[in-house]
Amino acid sequence: MHPAELLLELGAVIFGLGVLGRLAGRVGLSPIPLYLLAGLAFGSGGLLPLDAPEGFFEAGSQIGVVLLLLLLGLEYSAAELVGQLRQQAPVGALDLLLNGAPGAILALVLGWGPLAALAMFGVTAVSSSGIIAKVLTDLERLANRETPSVLSILVLEDLAMAVYLPVLTALLAASGPASALRSVVIALAVLAVVLVIALRYGRQVTAVVAADSNEILLLRVFGLALLVAGAAEQVHVSAAVGAFLLGIALSGEVAELARPLLEPLRDLFAAVFFVFFGLTTDPAQLPDAVLAALVLVVVGIATKVITGWVAARRAGVGPGGRIRAGAALIPRGEFSIVIAGLAGSSVDPRLAPTAAAYVLILAVLGPVAPRLADPLARRATARARARAAAA
Amino acid sequence: MEIEETRLPGVGLKHDLTTRSGQRVGVVSQRSGEREIVLYDRDDPDACRAVLHLTPQESEALAELLGAPRVIERLARLREQVEGIATEGIVVADGTPYVGRTLADAQIRTRTGSSVVAVARHGEVTPSPPPSFRFAAGDKVIVVGTDEGVRAVAALLMLG
Repeated sequence: MHPAELLLELGAVIFGLGVLGRLAGRVGLSPIPLYLLAGLAFGSGGLLPLDAPEGFFEAGSQIGVVLLLLLLGLEYSAAELVGQLRQQAPVGALDLLLNGAPGAILALVLGWGPLAALAMFGVTAVSSSGIIAKVLTDLERLANRETPSVLSILVLEDLAMAVYLPVLTALLAASGPASALRSVVIALAVLAVVLVIALRYGRQVTAVVAADSNEILLLRVFGLALLVAGAAEQVHVSAAVGAFLLGIALSGEVAELARPLLEPLRDLFAAVFFVFFGLTTDPAQLPDAVLAALVLVVVGIATKVITGWVAARRAGVGPGGRIRAGAALIPRGEFSIVIAGLAGSSVDPRLAPTAAAYVLILAVLGPVAPRLADPLARRATARARARAAAA
Repeated sequence: MEIEETRLPGVGLKHDLTTRSGQRVGVVSQRSGEREIVLYDRDDPDACRAVLHLTPQESEALAELLGAPRVIERLARLREQVEGIATEGIVVADGTPYVGRTLADAQIRTRTGSSVVAVARHGEVTPSPPPSFRFAAGDKVIVVGTDEGVRAVAALLMLG
C-alpha cells in the first residue's frame, strides 16, 4: 500500500477518535463505547470499511493492552496489593464468583463450550477501574466512607486478573486436557516466580530503568515492558500479565515519574486497541448478541449492587453508602474487552460480539447509574435515621 | 482530637477528624499532589456535603494561613531541640560590603562553617537561597551553625 494512503486513513481514524472522545467527555461518558462503535463502523461489514491500517491497528492494539496493564501495575505497590488481599479476600472472592457466574452459565447454556465459559466468567466479573475511578472523582465521592471498599474491590479484581489471564491464555493455547494442564502449571509457575521477583527485588528492577532524563526513562520503561510482555507471551503467560507484573515491580520514584510519561501513550494505543476489537468484530453478529448481552447486563447490575452492598456493610457503612457502593461498581470496560480479545473468535464466534454489546451497554449505563441510584441512597439513609431515632 | 487515616488504593490517602462542634472534616491527598478538603454530611456521615479542590500551591498557601509553622518558627524550635546548634537571624545593615553582592561572594560556609538556611525579606522567606542570591540591606539572614560560627557570620555580614 502507498504510504500516503496509510497515513491519510490512519490520520482520519485517529483524528476521528479525538472528536469522539471529546463528544464523550461533553456528555460525561466514557469514550470506550464510542471507540468500539467506531471500530465496528470501520470494520468489514460496517458502515465505512477501511482496509488500509489493519496491520498498524493489529500491532497497535497489542501495544495498547501492554500499556493498559503496565500502567495498572504502576498504580499499585506490591505491599499495597498484598495488604488488600489479606484484608479483603472474602469480598474479592464473593465479587468474582457472584459476577463471573452469570457469564459462565450463559456460555454453557448457549453451548459455547467450557473455554468460552471461562472467558465469559472474566468478561462479566471485572469492573472497569478506569471508568469507576473517573466517576468517583467527577462525582466528588473520593472521600465518602464507602469509597475505600469500592477501590479495594477494584484492586482485588486487578490482582485476580494476574492469575486469571495466564490460566486463560494457557488453556486457549493448549490442545487436549494433558497439554492444557501442563500449560496452566507452567503459566502459574512463571507467574509465581515473577511475583516473587516483583515483591522481593522490586528495588533492583527499578534500578535497571531509573534514569535522569525523561526521554531515557520513557524508552527504558516502554522497551522493558515490551520485552517482558513478549517473553511472557512466549511461555503462554500472556503479554498483558507480564506488563502488569513489571508495573508492580517498578516502585517509588520511578513509578511516579514514568506514569505521566506513559499515560498519553497508553491513551493513544488503548484507543487503537478498542478500535481494533471493533474492527475484528462482525457487526452482523451484533443483533443476535444483544439479547444475550441484555440478560447479562440486568443480572450484572444486580450482582454488582449486591457486591457493593456487602463490601460497604463490612466496612460499617450505612445503607445509603451501601447502595452508592453497589451503583459505583457497575461499569465494565477495558478488561472485559481485553479478555474477549484474548479469547477472540477461536472459542466461539458469538463471544466477541456479545462481550462488545455487554461493554457498550454497561460502559454507557455505568457512569449514569450512581446518579440514578442517588435518590434511592438518600431514601435509605433517611429511613435508617428514622429507625435509629425510633429505637 | 483523633485523626483517622484511611488508604485509598490507587488514589492516595484520606485523613478525617471531627471538630469540637461535631463537624466531620477530611483531607484527601491524591498521589498527583492535588488535595481535597471535604465536609461530611451531618445527616449521612458516609457522604460528603461539600468538596473543595486545591492545587498543590493552593493547599500549601492554605496550610500556611491555617497556622503551619513558618520557617523561622521551625528554626527556633530546632534550636531548642538540638544542643550545640545555634540559629540566628542576622540583619544585613545598610552600608555593609555585602549589600548587593551574592551569597557565593560571602563564602560563608567556607569561612565560618555555618550555613545560610533562609533569608527573610519584607516578611517573605526564601528557603535555601541559591549561591546567586543577592543580599539587600535589611535582609534577615537565617544562619545555622555552632555558637562561634554564627557569631563569625554576624561579624562578616555586619562589618564586612
